Amino acid sequence: MSVNAVLQQFASSGVETCFHGRHINPQIYADLNGSNWSLSAYEQRGGYQALRKILGMDGGQGLTQDEVIATVKESGLRGRGGAGFPTGLKWSFMPRQFPGQKYLVCNSDEGEPGTCKDRDILMFNPHIVIEGMAIAAYAMGISTGYNYIHGEIFQVYERFEAALEEARAAGYLGQAIMGSSFSFQLHAHHGFGAYICGEETSLLESLEGKKGQPRFKPPFPASFGLYGKPTTINNTETFAAVPWIIRHGGLAYLECGKPNNGGTKIFSVSGDVERPGNYEIPLGTPFSALLDLAGGVSGGRKLKAVIPGGSSSPVLPAHVIMDCTMDYDSISKAGSMLGSGAVIVMDETRCMVESLKRLSYFYMHESCGQCTPCREGTGWLWRLVDRIHRGEGRETDMQLLDNVAESIMGRTICALGDAAAMPVRAMVKHFRPEFEAMIQSAQQAVAV
Amino acid sequence: MVEVELDGKKVEVPPGSMVMHAAEKAGVFVPHFCYHKKLSIAANCRMCLVDVEKAPKPMPACATPVTQGMVVRTKSDKAIKAQQSVMEFLLINHPLDCPICDQGGECQLQDLAMGYGASTSRYEEEKRVVAPKDIGPLISMEEMSRCIHCTRCVRFGQEIAGVMELGMSHRGEHSEIETFLGGTVDSELSGNMIDLCPVGALTSKPFRYSARTWEMSRRKSISPHDSTGSNLVIQVKNHQVLRVLPLENEAVNECWIADRDRFSYEALSGTDRLTQPMLKQGGEWVSVDWSTALEYVANGLNEVRAEHGANAIGALVSPHSTVEELYLAGALVRGLGSQSIDSRLRYAEFASPRSKARWLGRSIASLSTLDRVLVIGSNLRKEHPLFAQRIRQAAKRGAKVCTVRSAVTDWAMPINTDIQANFSDWVGTLLGIASAVARIKGVKPLVDAFPSALAEQLANAMISGGDKAILLGNAVAHHEKAETITYICNWLSEQIGATVGFLGEAANTVGAQLVHALPRQGGSSAKDMLSGKSKALLLVNAEPGLDTLGGAESVAGVSKARMVVTLSPFKTNLGCSDVLLPVSPFTETAGSFVNAEARLQSFHAVIRPLGETRPAWKVLRALGEMLNIPGFTQNSVEEVLSAALPGASAGSCISPDLLSNEAEFPADWSEATIEPHVASMYQLDGLVRRSASLQATVDAKRFDEGVNA
Repeated sequence: MSVNAVLQQFASSGVETCFHGRHINPQIYADLNGSNWSLSAYEQRGGYQALRKILGMDGGQGLTQDEVIATVKESGLRGRGGAGFPTGLKWSFMPRQFPGQKYLVCNSDEGEPGTCKDRDILMFNPHIVIEGMAIAAYAMGISTGYNYIHGEIFQVYERFEAALEEARAAGYLGQAIMGSSFSFQLHAHHGFGAYICGEETSLLESLEGKKGQPRFKPPFPASFGLYGKPTTINNTETFAAVPWIIRHGGLAYLECGKPNNGGTKIFSVSGDVERPGNYEIPLGTPFSALLDLAGGVSGGRKLKAVIPGGSSSPVLPAHVIMDCTMDYDSISKAGSMLGSGAVIVMDETRCMVESLKRLSYFYMHESCGQCTPCREGTGWLWRLVDRIHRGEGRETDMQLLDNVAESIMGRTICALGDAAAMPVRAMVKHFRPEFEAMIQSAQQAVAV
Repeated sequence: MVEVELDGKKVEVPPGSMVMHAAEKAGVFVPHFCYHKKLSIAANCRMCLVDVEKAPKPMPACATPVTQGMVVRTKSDKAIKAQQSVMEFLLINHPLDCPICDQGGECQLQDLAMGYGASTSRYEEEKRVVAPKDIGPLISMEEMSRCIHCTRCVRFGQEIAGVMELGMSHRGEHSEIETFLGGTVDSELSGNMIDLCPVGALTSKPFRYSARTWEMSRRKSISPHDSTGSNLVIQVKNHQVLRVLPLENEAVNECWIADRDRFSYEALSGTDRLTQPMLKQGGEWVSVDWSTALEYVANGLNEVRAEHGANAIGALVSPHSTVEELYLAGALVRGLGSQSIDSRLRYAEFASPRSKARWLGRSIASLSTLDRVLVIGSNLRKEHPLFAQRIRQAAKRGAKVCTVRSAVTDWAMPINTDIQANFSDWVGTLLGIASAVARIKGVKPLVDAFPSALAEQLANAMISGGDKAILLGNAVAHHEKAETITYICNWLSEQIGATVGFLGEAANTVGAQLVHALPRQGGSSAKDMLSGKSKALLLVNAEPGLDTLGGAESVAGVSKARMVVTLSPFKTNLGCSDVLLPVSPFTETAGSFVNAEARLQSFHAVIRPLGETRPAWKVLRALGEMLNIPGFTQNSVEEVLSAALPGASAGSCISPDLLSNEAEFPADWSEATIEPHVASMYQLDGLVRRSASLQATVDAKRFDEGVNA
């Protein structure tokens, strides 16, 4: 599909992607118009200057590996894929003196419902990811990297391949980059659309050509990753944040957000808003400001609830989310997770039972089936919610639903079990009366 | 060592151990399904979740490495709650059809559900239904809805059998174990998957619906097939063998057995069992009583001795016979003044008698830890499934496996150097390897031979590394130039520092040599006896048409004798025999086998003899007594054993003083002209030949199609 066709598709569905000009202090999405993705345009925007800087190409001293990691640590950059793990710390775990092959992997298997930020980065600003990965590879002494791209956005994969070709031709990738002693080969790989392959160890299995199933941890990828070699895996947006940090310094990035939550973050706002799309704003921006950027609740209706960080993050009722700022700590304090930054807005007309049914179906469908609680539990959750929604709920179902979700949580190999259980528990916690009303009306219908 | 506190008990385990190992050491049972000590860790069943202090979530005991001072509680509220919830999940889609399930009574899920399951289910939705699969004649996959997806069978295929024949397809609750593309499971070790399956998903096809485990007695025995001497548990009901399972013996078979050990029992209650002594009179077989039959045989032997001399009396004894049978057959023949006894039925070369027995040259267990191994003239995987399994584990740890063989067969392990040579070129090929070794070592070669590039490669591989073995297969033992090959291999072993050993064809190949079931000076060898040199022949568990190099020619040769007496559990040799004496198969007699590593293993009868069948040792003893041969006074099999192998004790290995693989310097280095005869895996002996299920396998069918599996 051509770029124009993609753009038209967005336009016709009323969805603006990322070049709408309503970001706040954007770094990754800055100055994008949908067609300036190529190397020359990226260089005009200051692209690859960070890589040149660390390699000492523009007259400077260059940065040592330790200095790069220290800068990233200082920036307070946290993993943008969902877990929010401090990136600098993760990089420092990599055994830099390890004699054999090490790998760098970019997780672009963006599959969390509601999330579409990485797609736009790779489509409209692919070189920023390439540069970020090259810097990361330099910092950790890695010579080979892979970008694992979600299988259902094939045109994005093709775009990234095109960008890779440009970067290789320009000498930003490959042997002895820009004449330095640093070499880095980067390859793109597309998955086939399994949600589970976004889980890092599952992604590694898939990248190795095996069935995408998570590995048990420990050992962690930093010691036993791709092909059993030390591997660092970061999200696309995380890598995309790195060039700015190197160019402007860690402190500048940290100051752009708030303490422990440095920098900007892209939020994919969807659901009942006037202008769904990707919004890059500094961490710590009030939720209400983000909602305003997205044009407010659609049709001027009342906000009911928000799923703040992708479908697996616990739902927050309107009064809770309206008091939150959009950053890891604030959302966490409110009882949810910033996750991947997919903000799903639900207005007063939304039926929470139906919403939960849809979410539960997704997790049942995407469970890999490897470990017992998730394989069996996700199906049970869906069947329970479906039963309530069909009007066949029983009085004990709320207790059972919460109990089954509780039984899955923390007992699975990977986080998918938790991801399936958390929305259920949050819905039961915040919107119990809605479920109970549906069950009761079903009971009355039976009685009549 | 790392000290761990487990349920209040302090235990020390080596670093790198898992909590499960610590629990085993502390004698604490942690419930589990997917964990198996011989398989890789999957941590997928989640049944072994335990409470580890300082860990926020319950941790799987099988996959959590111990740390110094770790405090583990396997029965705290947190642990029990986690285990109970996993059990609930396992049961929601399980059919709970225990009353009609073959696994009932020996099911891990059933057992653990007693401890961790609720009495009623909270799950009231429809249960998952999984389509049945047909994966061959041995394993039933009829009730795959019972599967709990522990993937033990998958990991067994990948790691132990070396062939991934089963996998988990699809995703989530649609996950199912299958062969993909509707294939069959053809591994020669496949039956172990039945044992590994913790539920009734994989069950034994031949055994299905024949008995409940608690109705059967469990009796120990030893497998009578290949030279491993696998330890068995034979399950018996109403004097019938209904099932065979492995008995764990880490030194011998670990916890595995080959499919022929497991399924050959079908022959025991087959229709061609011989249940009455029979005489051929006027071309017709007539059932007679034992005394008539034995008198007939005794008279016949006396007449032949009187007319043709004692050496005209011969005995061909299968090396699948027990030590006691081989010993008494030898004593009988020698008591009559003959030296004509042989157990080398498939051999082509009959070297002068040796006083010491050829053997594996090392322990079976040490095969698992070899660094270098050269296998000559063997289809290792099919001839010695469990030795192959051990060498596969060694190869996985980096051992280099080299081979010289005539045909390429898949051993399901990486082969470092594979030299294909026709049997006629083996001497030349090995001389080439020897000169390559000589050149590298700077010593004088045996013969100036030009080594091929592959021979150089093999020599280089075998010179490096620590623990090494040269293993000679059945095709070498049965080879026309067996002595020459053995001599060259001994020379090689001295140069490279390896052991030399014979893999050994049969359960008692070593035992037969130890009790001298071989001709001495003046006696006829198997070749002579089979070509019509004997006037009276005793065929003990031997079928000349199938067990010998000559095949049909052997039958014709045997037929020339005046009297042929077959001692067999089966109605066989009907054309060439004059007398059929029904003798016990291994399940109906006590006896002993000496396996490849010279381990003497004794067993008892597990059922009473069928019909008029009698243990062969008793028949031979009675015959000896009737012929007034001195020394035939034993009243128990133990007495026979102590006469046969004085000082040997069951379960231990025979003194190395009695073992040797030395060979004489050959007269010449000429090539062989006779192709060695090696039994196809399911034609090895009378039992496997008559097991219907084994004969329905792909390996057996390959033999029918003329391909030596």
